[in-house]
Amino acid sequence: MEDQNVEHIFGYPGGAVLPIYDELQNFKSIKHVLVRHEQGAGHAAEGYARSSGKPGVILVTSGPGATNVVTALTDAYMDSIPLVCISGQVPTHLIGTDAFQECDTTGITRPCTKHNWLVKDVNDLAETIHKAFEVATTGRPGPVLVDIPKDIQFQKAKYKKPKKGKKINGKSHNHFSQRSIDELINLMSKSSKPIFYTGGGVINSGPRASELLRELVYATGFPITSTLQGLGSFPGDDSQFLGMLGMHGTYEANNAMHDCDLMINIGARFDDRITGKIDEFSPKSKKVHIDIDPSSINKNVKVDLAIVGDVKNVISSTLKSLKQKNSKFLKSNKQKTSKWWEKIQKWRSVRSLDYIVSEETIKPQYAIERLYELTKDKDSYITTEVGQHQMWAAQHYKFNKPNRWMTSGGLGTMGYGLPAAVGVQVAHPKKLVIDIAGEASVLMTLQEMSTAVQYNLPIKIFILNNEYMGMVRQWQELLHDKNYSESYTAALPDFVKLAEAYNCVGIRAKTPEELDDKIIEMLNTNRPVIFDCMVDKVENCFPMIPSGKPHNQMILGPKDQESNKITGKGKSLV
Amino acid sequence: MSNSKSAYSLSNKKERFDTHIIVVWVDNEAGVLARVVGLFSGRGYNIESLAVAQVDEKLKISRITIVTTGTPQVVNQIKLQLKKLVPVHKVADFKREDKAVIFKEMALFKIVGPNNKLESALKACKKYNPVLLDKTKKSNVIQITALRREIDKMSNDLKKFGLVSVSRTGAVAMTRGADIFK
Repeated sequence: MEDQNVEHIFGYPGGAVLPIYDELQNFKSIKHVLVRHEQGAGHAAEGYARSSGKPGVILVTSGPGATNVVTALTDAYMDSIPLVCISGQVPTHLIGTDAFQECDTTGITRPCTKHNWLVKDVNDLAETIHKAFEVATTGRPGPVLVDIPKDIQFQKAKYKKPKKGKKINGKSHNHFSQRSIDELINLMSKSSKPIFYTGGGVINSGPRASELLRELVYATGFPITSTLQGLGSFPGDDSQFLGMLGMHGTYEANNAMHDCDLMINIGARFDDRITGKIDEFSPKSKKVHIDIDPSSINKNVKVDLAIVGDVKNVISSTLKSLKQKNSKFLKSNKQKTSKWWEKIQKWRSVRSLDYIVSEETIKPQYAIERLYELTKDKDSYITTEVGQHQMWAAQHYKFNKPNRWMTSGGLGTMGYGLPAAVGVQVAHPKKLVIDIAGEASVLMTLQEMSTAVQYNLPIKIFILNNEYMGMVRQWQELLHDKNYSESYTAALPDFVKLAEAYNCVGIRAKTPEELDDKIIEMLNTNRPVIFDCMVDKVENCFPMIPSGKPHNQMILGPKDQESNKITGKGKSLV
Repeated sequence: MSNSKSAYSLSNKKERFDTHIIVVWVDNEAGVLARVVGLFSGRGYNIESLAVAQVDEKLKISRITIVTTGTPQVVNQIKLQLKKLVPVHKVADFKREDKAVIFKEMALFKIVGPNNKLESALKACKKYNPVLLDKTKKSNVIQITALRREIDKMSNDLKKFGLVSVSRTGAVAMTRGADIFK
C-alpha cells in the first residue's frame, strides 16, 4: 500500500484483521484513523477521496465490520468515488461453516462495488491489491473491496511491485474521434439557445478539467448550469452561471434547460432529480453527452451526439479545435445568443431563491447566507448530510473551486456529512471544514465526534435545527395532506451539552441578531464545534419541481404554492 | 397512474420488446456467474435462458449465452453494463431473427409406456436429430436438439406417448460462415 501512495487508512479493528493491524505498526508512513463505526470509516474515506482526488482506504473486520461499511460503499458507487476497502474474513477452512463473525462479504458487496475479490492464495495478494487500486481509480471511479481471510494474513509471500502502465482488460474508455469534436463545434456554432449542463464527472476528471471548463465557457459565452455534484467546477458567483438545476434548482437554470436548442452535458448522467418528467425533458434541444462511462449514454435520455472520454481530454480537444477553426467564435456568437440571454435575465429576475426574511426566527437560508459571507475568503470545505439543509446549502453557498463540496447525491445517505468532514479534515489539516447538517441526519453518525476529538480535527458541525426531518415534512405537507407522520423528532438531545460530553465545543444561536457573532465564535475556535442553529421549524425548500413535472412547471415559493397545486396544470410563471 | 404522486416520472409509452441472444466471454473465476446474473436481477432485466461452460481450458475463458427480452434501449444497456464488469472480455448480441446465427437448445425426454408408444415418440422427434440414449422394455430416453419453440412443442406433443420427465438446456449460439465474433 505504501507503493500506492497511501497515507491514511480509516478503520476499525476486529478478530479477523488483527494480523494486518499487527503489521500496521511497522509502516510509519501510513497513518491509521480509528473511527467509531465502520460506516463512519467509509464516509470519512469518501470525504478524503473527494477533497483530495486520491482513493480513500478503509480497513474493517469480517462480519459486522463488513456489513456496516456497505452503506458507504453503495454511496461511493452511486457518486463515483474511488474507495479501496480491505475486509478481514474468517480463515479459509472456516468459510461456509457459519463461523463467528463470518458473512459472505464478496456476495453482499458485489452489487455495490465496481469489483471485489476474495483472496484465497497469499501469492495473489500483492497483485490483487494493486489491481484493486487500479480498478477504483480508472475510468469512472468507484469503490472496490478486497476480502482477506485471516490465515492468508498470517502467511508470507514474495511481494510484487505494481506493474506500471498495464491497462486492465480495456475497461477505461478514452478514445473519441476528432469527427465527433468537429460535430460538437458545428452544433455549437449553429445554436442560438445553448446551455452547458455539467456534473460530478468534471470534478472527478481532476482540477485541470475545471480550469478547462472555465476556459470553454468563457470562450463560448454560453450559459452554464451544474448538478449538485458538479458544484465548484465553475465559479458559483460568475454571471454566466445559472445556479444548480434539477428538483431544487433555480428557475433560470431549469427553464433554460427546458427551452434550449442545444444541451451539452459534460460529466452528468441525466438523473431523475435532474430531468423531472422524462417525456417532457427539454423537448426542443439537440443533446450532446460527454461521459467516460459508455453505459451512461442513452441510459435515461437519448442523445444526438455522444462523446465517450475523459472530460479533461474532451474539453481540451474541443478548445483546441475551436481556436483553430473558429477563433472569432465568441464574437459571432454573441449576436446569436443575445436574445437567449435576455430571456435568461427575465427568468433570473424572478429571483427564485428569495425567501421571506424574518427578524424573530433564523431562516435556514439566511443562516447559510451568513455562513457563506463569513467564510468565503477562507477556502473552506463544505460537507452536508441529506435533506432540506443540503439543498439550501447547494442553493445559497457559492463554490468557486472543485473538490470543496462533499455531499451524498446519488444514494442520499443521511449521516454522511459528519464522518465525511472527518475525512476531509484528515486530508486538509489546516483548512476550514464545515458540515452543514440537519439535526436528524447528524444523529445517525454523531459518534464520529469522538474521532474528531481524538485526532484534534477541528471540524465544525453547523446544524440547522428545525426539530423535523424537514424534507420528509415538506413532502408530507405538499403531497400527503399535511399528515406529518413520524417526521417530528421528540426528545432531541441538547446539542450543546452533547458537545461538552464529547469534549468539544457547543454553541447555540436562537435569533438572527446573534447569528453572526456566534458564527464568528465558531470560526475562531480551533477545536471541533457542534453549532446548534435553531431555525424556523416550518420553512420549505423552494423552488421545487413538483413530482413528475417537467422543468418549466416549478413551484417558486409559499405564495406560488397556493396557486400552483401539485395536481394542477403548469402555468406560465414569469 | 396519471395521478401518481411519485417524483419519478412514469413512462406511459409502450415500447416493443425484442428477443436477443447475448453471448459473454468471461474469465472463469469464482463468482463470475453471480456477477453477470446479479447484474440482470439487480437492474430488472429478463433472463429467459442461460447456458454457461468453460470453452478455453488454457486461458480459463467461459462462454455465457443468455436469452433475454427488452426494448432496444434496455438491450443496449445490458451490453454496456456487461462490458463494464472486470472479468468480461467481450459481449456479442444477436437478434433471434438473425439468419446469420445458429441457435440451438438440447432436450432430454424420458418416455415410459408400451413399445408402440415408445416408437411413436421416437418417430415424432425425427425432425430434430433424435438420439436414443437409453432404452429399456418400458422406457426411452431421447435427446433432441432444436429451437426453443420446437422443444416447447415437442414437450407438449410427447405427453400422449407417455412423457414423464423433461430436461433441457438454455440456448447456445454461433455465427454461420467462417467469420468469428471479435
